[in-house]
Amino acid sequence: MSLLKLTDVAMVYGGRVTALEHVNLTVEKGDWLAIMGPSGSGKTTLMNIIGCMDKHTAGQVVLDGIDLNEVTKNELTQIRRDKIGMVFQQFHLIPYLTAVENLMVAQYYHSIPDRKEAMAALERVGLADRADHLPSELSGGEQQRVCIARALINYPVLILADEPTGNLDEKNEKLVMDLFRELNREGHTIITVTHSDKVGQAAKRIVIIEHGHLRDA
Amino acid sequence: MFWQMVKGAVLRQGRQLLFVALTVALGVSLATAMLNVMFDVGDKVNQELKAFGANITVTSKNASILKDIYGLDNASAPKEYLAESDIGKLKTIFWTNNIVAFSPHLAGNLKLDGGSEVAVSGTWFDHYMKLPTGEEFSTGEQYLKSWWQVEGAWPKETEPDSVLVGKTLAQKLNVKPGDSISYVKKDGTKAVFRIAGLVSGGGEEDDQIVAQLPAVQQALGLEGKIDSVNVSAMTTPENELARRAAANPKSLSLKEYEIWYCTSYVSSIAFQIEEVIANSVARPVRQIAESEGRILDKTQLLMLLITVLSLLSATMGVSNLVSANIMERSKELGLLKAIGATDRSVVILVLTEIFMAGLIGGVAGYVAGLGFAQIIGHAVFGSSIAINMLVIPILIVLLILMLLLGSLPAIRSLLGLHPAIVLHGR
Ligand SMILES: Nc1ncnc2c1ncn2[C@@H]1O[C@H](COP(=O)(O)OP(=O)(O)O)[C@@H](O)[C@H]1O
Ligand SMILES: [Mg+2]
Repeated sequence: MSLLKLTDVAMVYGGRVTALEHVNLTVEKGDWLAIMGPSGSGKTTLMNIIGCMDKHTAGQVVLDGIDLNEVTKNELTQIRRDKIGMVFQQFHLIPYLTAVENLMVAQYYHSIPDRKEAMAALERVGLADRADHLPSELSGGEQQRVCIARALINYPVLILADEPTGNLDEKNEKLVMDLFRELNREGHTIITVTHSDKVGQAAKRIVIIEHGHLRDA
Repeated sequence: MFWQMVKGAVLRQGRQLLFVALTVALGVSLATAMLNVMFDVGDKVNQELKAFGANITVTSKNASILKDIYGLDNASAPKEYLAESDIGKLKTIFWTNNIVAFSPHLAGNLKLDGGSEVAVSGTWFDHYMKLPTGEEFSTGEQYLKSWWQVEGAWPKETEPDSVLVGKTLAQKLNVKPGDSISYVKKDGTKAVFRIAGLVSGGGEEDDQIVAQLPAVQQALGLEGKIDSVNVSAMTTPENELARRAAANPKSLSLKEYEIWYCTSYVSSIAFQIEEVIANSVARPVRQIAESEGRILDKTQLLMLLITVLSLLSATMGVSNLVSANIMERSKELGLLKAIGATDRSVVILVLTEIFMAGLIGGVAGYVAGLGFAQIIGHAVFGSSIAINMLVIPILIVLLILMLLLGSLPAIRSLLGLHPAIVLHGR
């Protein structure tokens, strides 16, 4: 069974704006998929549906054996918490908590905060020495690595990264991409969204999205 | 972790939460002041109203019985009088300090020189007396009838024939201050009243000549006699015990009797007056007791209204502040939802922050409110306000209601907060 299967998925915002149409997509365990396309083509919309942040308006999405058509809003939150690790383009850390506390918040909402484990995750992204810094005291690349550590903290089955290097310089982009490569090698399933060819090429597989329609590269 | 987040949020939103606390403090301080004043105002207004006339009338026993049986003061019936010399004994009772003022009265009709008959009342206006205890004391109508409007001057004891003439009567007789009125005494001789002033008070005095006691006693041939004394006493509001005692003091047990006797109920003061003035009956003046109650009710209603309004406006203030705060933090709160926080846990987090600010504001407001209460007490009643512990639980309930109501719109927008929209990469 595939980890993720989208069948004829559509997303219409407010009954007027069609952001996705006839989207079919299958992702296997251990896969690394890059979704590429120009701005406004529906990449974030697709990520939000896969990441259980938003509900599609038509078609079927099955994630890790669960048909998302059949779950309530609360269950959707639960599935997101248990199965998805998210990395956003704008980092999105809680500004008044330190790096390690930001990981612990994710643990807190998932189960119980465990500082040791959070430290290990920071170590994993090479930021153990920055654990007690506030986000504002970290560089963009470091912030994004904290986000990746946070995405990993609850052992998700799928890591979603929406333009993870969109706001980073070349050096930090390389650091982050190396991290993803490593994670994938360890068996993590990853979907990255990007409009950068270089970032896209790092993935095992690329699909192109244009005007809400998906096609293979 | 939860408290770490609350702490972080509180530190970061210090300013906004401070405003929430201030708004709450303002509302709570007003409520505290009003509630404390409200609970204490019963006694205060009671004391204030003492300035408003007599609350005990002392008459002779037989006069009182006649009045009770026939419902009228029959001038032709053989009248019984009190002795003027007994009046000083009023200040010898246990509650002497509660007796603020009193004045004797002797009423009757006099024939004027022109042939018409008018009502006269003899009394003290400002009478100096040396008490049996050696104390000195000044009392009379000037101390009792604070609402009397006198055009001209109050009569002085140094001029025994000076009088006040009721406004209505003065019009009938066509007289003004400075004029004289001649009348015929009981023994047939003629005498003169000199008008010091015209009085209007809305009562029977408007149709009377209010003269000095000795002059009226002479005119009526009743030297040394009076028919009533009006007494103004500070009293404790009546309760069950006081009502039973008023009905029959003998029905009380010894212990109850002692409590009653040693409490300044109007009935126990009246009882003690009867003990010292021979052949007397002392009655609470019901009319004033009732109007006291009505004014009290209205004052308290007004304060309740101010309390409710101040809390309502504070609630609206909190509501605005909190809504703005949530709007500003929508990204952060959306992020919490995105990493798995349920609606409930986000709401609890935000409510905790608000309640912490509210609690601090509430305590500060309470302390400030006690201060306000004292200021009001001194400004309005000239004395301090007793702090009532009952106010605290009431305030706690109101505070919780206020914070919950104030947070309601914010909670609604929190529940509607969509992590996808908040975090959309644009
Ligand atoms: N919440 C929304 N309401 C209405 N239209 C939206 C919303 N989110 C996205 N869209 C529209 O859907 C389309 C796809 O947007 P998005 O998925 O953000 O594109 P991308 O991430 O590829 O730049 C765009 O036309 C955008 O305007
Ligand atoms: Mg996007």
